[in-house]
Amino acid sequence: MSSSTVELLKGAAERFPDEVVTQAHVRHLDLPGDAGRFALITLDNGFDHTKPTTFGPQSLAGLDAALDQVEKEAADGEITGVGVTGKPFIFAVGADLKGVEVLGHRDEALAIGRGGHEVFKRLADLAVPTFAYYNGAAMGGGVEIGLHCTYRTVSAAVPAFSLPEVFLGLVPGWGGCTLLPNLIGADRAVTVVIENSLNQNRQLKGKQVYDLGIADALFEGADFLEQSLAWTAAVLGGELEVVRPDIDRGEEWDAAIERGRAVADDKVHGAAPAAYRALDIMAAAKNGDLRQGFAAEDEALADLIMGGELRAGIYAFDLVQRRAKRPAGAPDKSLARPVTKVGVVGAGLMASQLALLFVRRLEVPVVLTDIDQERIDKGVAWVHEQIDMLLLKGRVNQDAANRLKALVTGSLDKAAAFADADFVIEAVFEELSLKQRIFAELEEVVPPTAILATNTSSLSVTEMAAGLAHPERVVGFHFFNPVAILPLLEIVRAGATDDASLATAFAVAKKLKKSAVLVKDAPAFVVNRILTRFMGEVLGAVDEGTPVEVADGALAPLGLPMSPIVLLDLVGPAVAHHVAGTLAAAFPDRFAQSENLGRVVEAGKRTLYVHDSGKPELDPEVAALFRTGDTVLTEEQVRDRALDAIAQEIRLMLDEGVVAEAQDIDLCLITGAGWPFHLGGITPYLDRAGVSERVTGRRFLAPGVASVPE
Amino acid sequence: MPRTARDVVFVDGVRTPFGKAGPKGIYHETRADDLVVKCIRELLRRNPALDPAAVDDVAVAATTQIGDQGLTIGRTAGILAGLPPTVPGYSIDRMCAGAMTAVTTTAASTAFGAYDIALAGGVEHMGRHPMGEAVDPNPRFVSEKLVDESALFMGMTAENLHDRFPHLTKARADEYAVHSQEKAAKAYANGRIQADLVPISVRRTNAEAGETGWGLATRDEPMRPGTTLANLASLKTPFRAHGRVTAGNAAGLNDGATASLIAAEDVARAAGLPVKMRLVSFAFAGVEPEVMGVGPIPSTEKALAKAGLGIADIGLFEINEAFAVQVLAFLDHFGLPDDDPRVNQYGGAIAFGHPLASSGVRLMTQLARQFEEQPQVRYGITTMCVGFGMGGTVIWENPHFEGAGK
Repeated sequence: MSSSTVELLKGAAERFPDEVVTQAHVRHLDLPGDAGRFALITLDNGFDHTKPTTFGPQSLAGLDAALDQVEKEAADGEITGVGVTGKPFIFAVGADLKGVEVLGHRDEALAIGRGGHEVFKRLADLAVPTFAYYNGAAMGGGVEIGLHCTYRTVSAAVPAFSLPEVFLGLVPGWGGCTLLPNLIGADRAVTVVIENSLNQNRQLKGKQVYDLGIADALFEGADFLEQSLAWTAAVLGGELEVVRPDIDRGEEWDAAIERGRAVADDKVHGAAPAAYRALDIMAAAKNGDLRQGFAAEDEALADLIMGGELRAGIYAFDLVQRRAKRPAGAPDKSLARPVTKVGVVGAGLMASQLALLFVRRLEVPVVLTDIDQERIDKGVAWVHEQIDMLLLKGRVNQDAANRLKALVTGSLDKAAAFADADFVIEAVFEELSLKQRIFAELEEVVPPTAILATNTSSLSVTEMAAGLAHPERVVGFHFFNPVAILPLLEIVRAGATDDASLATAFAVAKKLKKSAVLVKDAPAFVVNRILTRFMGEVLGAVDEGTPVEVADGALAPLGLPMSPIVLLDLVGPAVAHHVAGTLAAAFPDRFAQSENLGRVVEAGKRTLYVHDSGKPELDPEVAALFRTGDTVLTEEQVRDRALDAIAQEIRLMLDEGVVAEAQDIDLCLITGAGWPFHLGGITPYLDRAGVSERVTGRRFLAPGVASVPE
Repeated sequence: MPRTARDVVFVDGVRTPFGKAGPKGIYHETRADDLVVKCIRELLRRNPALDPAAVDDVAVAATTQIGDQGLTIGRTAGILAGLPPTVPGYSIDRMCAGAMTAVTTTAASTAFGAYDIALAGGVEHMGRHPMGEAVDPNPRFVSEKLVDESALFMGMTAENLHDRFPHLTKARADEYAVHSQEKAAKAYANGRIQADLVPISVRRTNAEAGETGWGLATRDEPMRPGTTLANLASLKTPFRAHGRVTAGNAAGLNDGATASLIAAEDVARAAGLPVKMRLVSFAFAGVEPEVMGVGPIPSTEKALAKAGLGIADIGLFEINEAFAVQVLAFLDHFGLPDDDPRVNQYGGAIAFGHPLASSGVRLMTQLARQFEEQPQVRYGITTMCVGFGMGGTVIWENPHFEGAGK
């Protein structure tokens, strides 16, 4: 390494004293078939697979020292090759993000990029061939260290292999952007670097790594390292020639980059820089000039590390990886009661979706009830059809399908069906008196400790429990549509809810594989309250006279998954209007029902937009219903208005104690509304855009949390 | 229904390099089941003509069937090795003769017609499972003097053997041991051993034991080439003060695994599988547990009698060297010299090690290599002593036999 990089890495190491250091163990072995003495480097942080191996500044320095040793041995002719592999189940999962978070200066960020390059590329410059043996999970820098080697093998047992940098807000900057397209061609590289990253960080399995041409050989997990070393011996001995297909450096390369840009536009709408920076470097890598490519990677890494999008991305990643698994405020899980049978009141589409989810994840009897046999039969039939589809897709086998279908039944007789149920959830029409009546009826028939849960999206759970003999077992269990896709579950603690019931609710949520967030019983809870406030400002602007396309396009620079009106259409104007009504009643100073939306609902229109031309346009029939004022705002004005409103609402929610911290708001928006990582949910964005301070006089998060430390 | 017993053959056999048991041994951080799994996979790789689904059973021996050697290791190893789930498996225990018994049992089933092809092997990780782990001998053994207490400790039974045969001195035992090391080193130099070894990846996290990280075991760890009588003379006699049995004239405590492919000869030939040895007869016999080392004598006599052969018909011997004195007792009984060139041509367990239940198949792979080199030899035996007073012997015919006199 150059001395300046050594110094900078030292500085980075001092800033990051808690680094879990990955050791690079050098061990020598005799290759099979008298193929010579071989140095094998094992990357190992000394923990088991639950703490994957990462690279921080000290780890890079350790690897550098190991390479000093093998470089000398190679030069002296003592070894015929060098290999790199990982501890059991883990190859290496890239840069230690905690080490990235502490970087406060661009030169430090630059040093991390250069340090990685300078160490890794030594593997390409040794006097002997080098081999990477991807034995287990490999991500980011873990993948990249192997790309610098002469050859690669991969285990068929590798469950996860990816370059997730773009997903987080970085570029594969330790060689990935430059080396990968030069190894497997630009189109496949775009799939790995851009497309997989932006599709919820999709992972490759071992065989795909081989099929893509990233690895030269694929071996089964049972004796992966032995076979890799035997293969190495054959390659070094000249018995085996590794042939890689030629890659197209002409139009195909350019077309691949264009495809990557289209994917990025579709996913982040130009709002986050990482994918575009990665594509720029990959485009330039066409000339095969590695030095130039690595320098561009260093610059991109430094820029991105010093940018808010990456900081928000790391913050968001931590929320979904850690906070979602240990929900803030959840009671001790030992208090949870077992759930061995579930009841669902209602057999409509939502109820049926819930029944399907419960039976798949809990694998206990689930009974649907409704007011007539026909609805029940329809609900049960729907669930059975879905299970058959899972069978057809190979997601469950025949035995499991038989089991699941047998577990789902329907009954008109709640008393018989729910007498031994531990958890009953209602998913009937959003009307308080109806839900109160159902809970009262249920209380007569269920066991005394059974949980009574409601999937209400905006009604008061406390009021729903009022009048019950045992209100302590009532919880809100608010799912997001589509239930099978959106991970969020808002768990509502009502006025009388006790810890055991709440703990049971969280235990059920965990089994359902949902990200549960504890929320107070406040109108519309978290996601619907924020979305409704935000939508209210956009519709308000329209009502006052701003053209729909201007108001609806105003938020585009944020890169939200869809525009406000498209979201409104997805939710349905009637539901949105109903929730707005609830919130307007609770907070008349900040929420209002749009009269125009009321007219749309009244006219029975299901959507505001039509898609006849291939892109969304206001339905002329809807346009005809609109009566608007003459105040025309610009996109920027609408955006400010909406963001200011969100900031105000979140501050109020935190002050009211709707959730424990701003982190929970962000987690809800990411997992319940699909708001992007580069916004960190929303509060990191509101902080970095200055909205929080302008509107509320303070930030949501301390400086350095989801932002560059000062 | 009329039956015809079928000829049964030893198709192929492999083993891991043997390691020294204990914290510094190569396999200290390697699971026992992984060792046998890798042997099975190597056998399948070496014999691509074999359809894995055609394997009728998997018999794997282990003395201590606990933990990674428990859970019916023949079954679990089959699944872990990637055999189809339709292939069954079971575990075998006859202590040191475990793998030998796995071979004879599957061979007998094959001769009977119950199997066409079977996998038979053994494993012992004496580092993870020391001898005597969790044993619970019935107190009647002692109270009713059914056996002497020394019968439970193999080293003591070897001392007892020296007592019984005073002319088999420590000097003769040491000389035998030195010779075994020499022969093993020569066999390695000639590449006779490596061809049947399965390299095993080994992890080490304890720096006190050597370089850390992943390595590859490609040689037997216990070997001590260059051992001299003087070296051996200075060793302690851990089983008896002023005794005769030392770490130098006995096999050590070892880790390792073996596996072999046993088939009906017609099936093997039809499938295009190699035929390395043809089974002639086998026998097991019991002796007083206090002198278990004499076990191979009656088992060999029994096996010879069943085959209608005499000791003079046997051209090659692979006798397990648990203790030098036990080999000497065998040779002495049959009137063979201590350095008979037909005996353990590649050296034995004193050099390679003896991971109890795995060793039987090592004897067979070595005999098979010798058959290949020496087509003038028609018959050979593999034999070994077994704890609690037993011996086992398998007589094999050389399929490469080209007639005597060559």
